[in-house]
Amino acid sequence: MSELDAFRAEVRDWLEANCPAEMREPVRDEGDVCWGGRNWVFKNDAQKQWLEACAAKGYTVPDWPKPYGGAGLTPEQTKILKQEMKRIKARSPLDSFGIWMLGPALLQFGTEEQKVQYLNPIARGEIRWCQGYSEPGSGSDLVSLQTFGEDKGDHWVVNGSKIWTSYADKADWIFCLVRTDKANKYQGITFMLFDMASKGVTTKPILLISGNSPFCETFFDDVEVPKTQFVGEVNRGWDVAKYLLGHEREMISGGGAGGDMVSIGGAFAKAFGKNAAGELDDPILRAEMAAFDVDVFAYRAMGERFMDMWKTGRAHPASSNMMKYVGTELNKRRHELVMSGGGSEALEWDSEETKGGARARGWLRTKANSIEGGTSEVMLNVIAKRILDLPGA
Amino acid sequence: MPLYHNDDQAMLKDSVAPFVAEQAPVSHLRKLRDSADATGFSCDLWAQFTEMGLPGMLVPEEHGGLGMGHMEAGIVLEEIGRNLTPSPFLSTSVGAVAALAKAGGTQAGRWLPAIASGEAIIALAIDEGAKHRPDRIATTATRAGNGFRLDGKKSFVLHGHVADMSIVAAKTDGGITLFAVPKDAKGLTADPRRLVDSSLASHVTLDGVEVDADAVIGEVDAGGDILDALLAATRTGAAAEMVGVGQGAMDMTVTYLKERKQFGKLIGEFQGLQHRAAHLYGEMEVARATVMKAQQLLDEGSEGAKLMVSVAKAKAGRAANLAVREGVQMHGGIGMTDEYDIGLYMKRDRALAEYMGDVHYHIDQVARMNGY
Repeated sequence: MSELDAFRAEVRDWLEANCPAEMREPVRDEGDVCWGGRNWVFKNDAQKQWLEACAAKGYTVPDWPKPYGGAGLTPEQTKILKQEMKRIKARSPLDSFGIWMLGPALLQFGTEEQKVQYLNPIARGEIRWCQGYSEPGSGSDLVSLQTFGEDKGDHWVVNGSKIWTSYADKADWIFCLVRTDKANKYQGITFMLFDMASKGVTTKPILLISGNSPFCETFFDDVEVPKTQFVGEVNRGWDVAKYLLGHEREMISGGGAGGDMVSIGGAFAKAFGKNAAGELDDPILRAEMAAFDVDVFAYRAMGERFMDMWKTGRAHPASSNMMKYVGTELNKRRHELVMSGGGSEALEWDSEETKGGARARGWLRTKANSIEGGTSEVMLNVIAKRILDLPGA
Repeated sequence: MPLYHNDDQAMLKDSVAPFVAEQAPVSHLRKLRDSADATGFSCDLWAQFTEMGLPGMLVPEEHGGLGMGHMEAGIVLEEIGRNLTPSPFLSTSVGAVAALAKAGGTQAGRWLPAIASGEAIIALAIDEGAKHRPDRIATTATRAGNGFRLDGKKSFVLHGHVADMSIVAAKTDGGITLFAVPKDAKGLTADPRRLVDSSLASHVTLDGVEVDADAVIGEVDAGGDILDALLAATRTGAAAEMVGVGQGAMDMTVTYLKERKQFGKLIGEFQGLQHRAAHLYGEMEVARATVMKAQQLLDEGSEGAKLMVSVAKAKAGRAANLAVREGVQMHGGIGMTDEYDIGLYMKRDRALAEYMGDVHYHIDQVARMNGY
């Protein structure tokens, strides 16, 4: 048995012993997704037990080094763990912006002390982070951000506001881009970390077209931030932000920006019925779904090739922008078809049968896919400039 | 296996790409076209291909070939596509080899070494109407004497008028059977037609063609699997060639965007064109990955190959079609002239897109394979 086979066997045994049966059921609502944090209320004992078991083993962040709360797994081992979790349909023990965003930034730019201090609580699900990037006047043109941190010797006094801060109302800490030099556009931003319980921080949820409020407006009114709480260098926060945006697009790309990478037509044939020829009983919808399926399977191959190339340094550094663009546009198309396929039933907004209008709300939610993390238009700009080398782009 | 070329494959590409670009660039196609060449390809060029061992790439080593896979053949096809090189490589060295190697037996022993040595050109006589419908083959093979008698009409048979042998798919009592029909067979006529891309494809008539029993490729009535192998290989190959055609058109167009000035600016500065070029880039990258995946699955003999082959033919068809349409449009007026190459790319793409099932055919196949 090879080392990896042995590892797989070990993982299987561990999952069998530690993943509660309830945690192998499909996610039904938002409460089934564990975000952790100071104020997290576990939906049931199984959710708590599963998080604690994974945290103890380092499996909430399997590829992080052990001293920071991870399991120190190699990429191959991590892949096996994910495969095995998927095989038993295990839920993610912990979702968080700390794992996805701040963690990679700290691993890349943080001091040893910062890594130990911040990463362990993220891995254990004790501190829930949010991201303060966009501002009302700075969306795609993020670098024009105006939230300002005035230098007061041993601390900054931060004033301004952020927008689209995901779950800011539920987060414990924020990683935040703050201008610290008004004369220097790119090299005048600092990547700060501070407690959302700090005096002067307020949040206000934004009601979206989906009827949900996953995003907030966040206001800073003379918030004091100790001058030890920043990542990288003072005034060089843009480097960290850019790295994270690239990481985010890579993650979106690798994690299936195309949504569920499965055939859409097969699922609808069950609901809709088939004609005598065994075809989906709506020839035009069938054709659209099949054309979509071609693009989904094609994108799946692209995702595999992208990750193979990315991990071995063969990919164009800007190719994650292409992945994000293609994948998010694909996911929007999927949800348009989901709505068409669902007919009037899919229009229901809060009925029990539709799980509270899950399809309609999901469809509306996907419209943000091609906006958040860089709009499709910005992605196309980057491809034109950095990959195609077109003039003046 | 990672989804990129390994070192050996990269080396192959490094030798094939300059060879095709130097020996058979688009001017080579123009020369054949303008001299009303009746063969459909250059025999001299095929001799050069043979020196490099290319015709026998997929031929198993025991039959004198190189025993390579579809990933390698795809490298050659992409360069053929990029340079619009007229060549019997796809039908002879990919489609025919896949069928013969799958079947084994007498015909494999007879033809595979001849393909590898560059001596034999093989045509694929599958289609019967204007559209690719391999599940509705009407050509019949009836037992006669020690062999069979073939009757029917075939169309879109590339190189049919010059092929040393044609693989003919025919209906037998209990299924489909493939036959190796030599070019001098009595009752076999090939009527070559010049197509939009200047290639030659024949209408083939089989009027009581008599063949011996050993002309059967594989077993009688059991040609379905062999035909599937032929189709999978040829479709994947055509998709690889289309990636080359699309990439060639896109590269030419992006270069043009950086040279052509209007309103006092390079037209590549206009966002209206930048975004379309960037979108095209994404589509071409996805198509390339998809074709590689199909090649990989075929080489692995995977069960998932059939689905991915149809996905690849459809996706490459869509992407290359976008590349040539955007290419002509972004070239403006000169894109409409015969003098500029971009129009030739559009023509070749159209022919390849139709070959062995167009985008719509393969989208339909994907639906069927997914149970709807």
